[in-house]
Amino acid sequence: MLAIDGTATAEDLQAVLPTPDRRRRGAVAVIECFQEIPCNPCADACPRGAITMPENISQRPVFDPDKCNGCGVCVGRCPGLAIFVVDYSYGEDTALLKIPYEFRPLPQAGDSVTALDRQGAAVGSARVVKVQEQKNRTTILWLAVTAAMATAVRNIRLSGEVRA
Amino acid sequence: MKEVDIVVIGGGPAGLSAAVHAAKMGAGVLLLERSQALGGQLVKQTHKFFGSRQEFAGERGFDIAHTLMEQIAQQEKIEVWTNATALGYYPDGVLTVKRNENFRTFRPRKLIVATGASEKALAFPNNDLPGIYGAGAVQTLMNLYGVMPAKRVLMVGAGNIGVIVAYQLLQAGVEVAAVIEAAPRIGGYWVHASKIRRCGVPILTGHTIRQAHGTTQLTGVTVCRLDEKWTMIPGTDTLFEVDGLCLAVGLSPLTELLWQAGCKMNFVPELGGYVPWRNEYLQTTHKNVYVAGDVAGVEEASAAMVEGKLAGLAAAFALNHQTADFAADYRAAKQQLNALRSGPLSAKVCHGLCKVMLEEAM
Repeated sequence: MLAIDGTATAEDLQAVLPTPDRRRRGAVAVIECFQEIPCNPCADACPRGAITMPENISQRPVFDPDKCNGCGVCVGRCPGLAIFVVDYSYGEDTALLKIPYEFRPLPQAGDSVTALDRQGAAVGSARVVKVQEQKNRTTILWLAVTAAMATAVRNIRLSGEVRA
Repeated sequence: MKEVDIVVIGGGPAGLSAAVHAAKMGAGVLLLERSQALGGQLVKQTHKFFGSRQEFAGERGFDIAHTLMEQIAQQEKIEVWTNATALGYYPDGVLTVKRNENFRTFRPRKLIVATGASEKALAFPNNDLPGIYGAGAVQTLMNLYGVMPAKRVLMVGAGNIGVIVAYQLLQAGVEVAAVIEAAPRIGGYWVHASKIRRCGVPILTGHTIRQAHGTTQLTGVTVCRLDEKWTMIPGTDTLFEVDGLCLAVGLSPLTELLWQAGCKMNFVPELGGYVPWRNEYLQTTHKNVYVAGDVAGVEEASAAMVEGKLAGLAAAFALNHQTADFAADYRAAKQQLNALRSGPLSAKVCHGLCKVMLEEAM
């Protein structure tokens, strides 16, 4: 539970993960922002108006998955690093994830890395598709993972064999 | 003795913002900072700020510090003294200052105290071993000087500072054994907690330190569980082998100058300890003394910057400095501060503020 150990529950996630129908329609943001904190850069960031703030900056952002095309601008902008993009239409049994990443060294496109879940446990491997460095120093990593893993994976660890 | 419109004491987010906005109103400002550089804690803060665009949301603390310092540099009305410590403020309106090794006196027409806060400590056996740090020292070593404070660290405190500094340690390549927190719930933003959780760092709420181990330096820490009455539960000890222990157990406002100036104070646990009574213009019971930032109550840096703006505008206005957009500017800042404090996480701060808010207008 978030308040006790910092991990979202299945119930928390259920409310923000895309519906099966939305999944089929391609890339979409997953906003894992579960607390009312005074913050609104995600709403400023979205070029399509898919993320809006209710009247009060301390409320949680309101997300319209139908307006979202999964561009990922919000992923790099969220101060809490709490927004991810998932694209289940990426391949037959492969999903594309975009995650915010603030560690050095950065992986390189083509690297195979260890995929970690919300508790930091290794759940498989991911292939780095693209490394999108940004001016604000939050890098957006594009990861190809099995579709079954896409809901769980939220971080990576560089695998020993990737970097000498 | 030098006469000056406004002296701002403290070059952190509140003081920088106060100086900029007072100078924009036309007031002459002397900004005193006791360390060698401006910026306060901002210069060590590598995370992106929350809030809205007006408080630089999405920008990192050290970048915000540079932006504010540039604004200061552009203001001809502001004189900056670093290595300058305010020593006392006396009934005849004289402020004494030590700059480098020289003693100086001023007679400011208004004083804005933005001295910030200091870290609280924690009592446990062997808490004086090398390797035990406050979170501020860890940030200074890592983020200012590029020095790794330890190889494996246990963090105490899951408030925002604890979870943020734990993340910074990971970024610096330090292993974080766990974050322990005596309270039953995480006090920091959950998004910060989740960032370290997905790096595999356990967060143990309802846990405290029983003792530290080591002879010449820290070698380990015994941690145990607390029951709902905050009593240590026997038989729940866990030993963490670590060479670093980082304490992030809260801040106390640095109010010595306010006491000495004779401002009326009140003990408000929600705001970190003793804080001054103030009216809505951030003016204390001493009519020439204003406050802003953590010295007025421990809060986020975004709120400190807005308080600095309000205090700077109000102090300059009280000296008959005027601009066409003063009223609108002041009102907007006031609304900004209210918005920042509108969420459930600010309920404690708001409750605390009620205990030190003076009703009468300036």
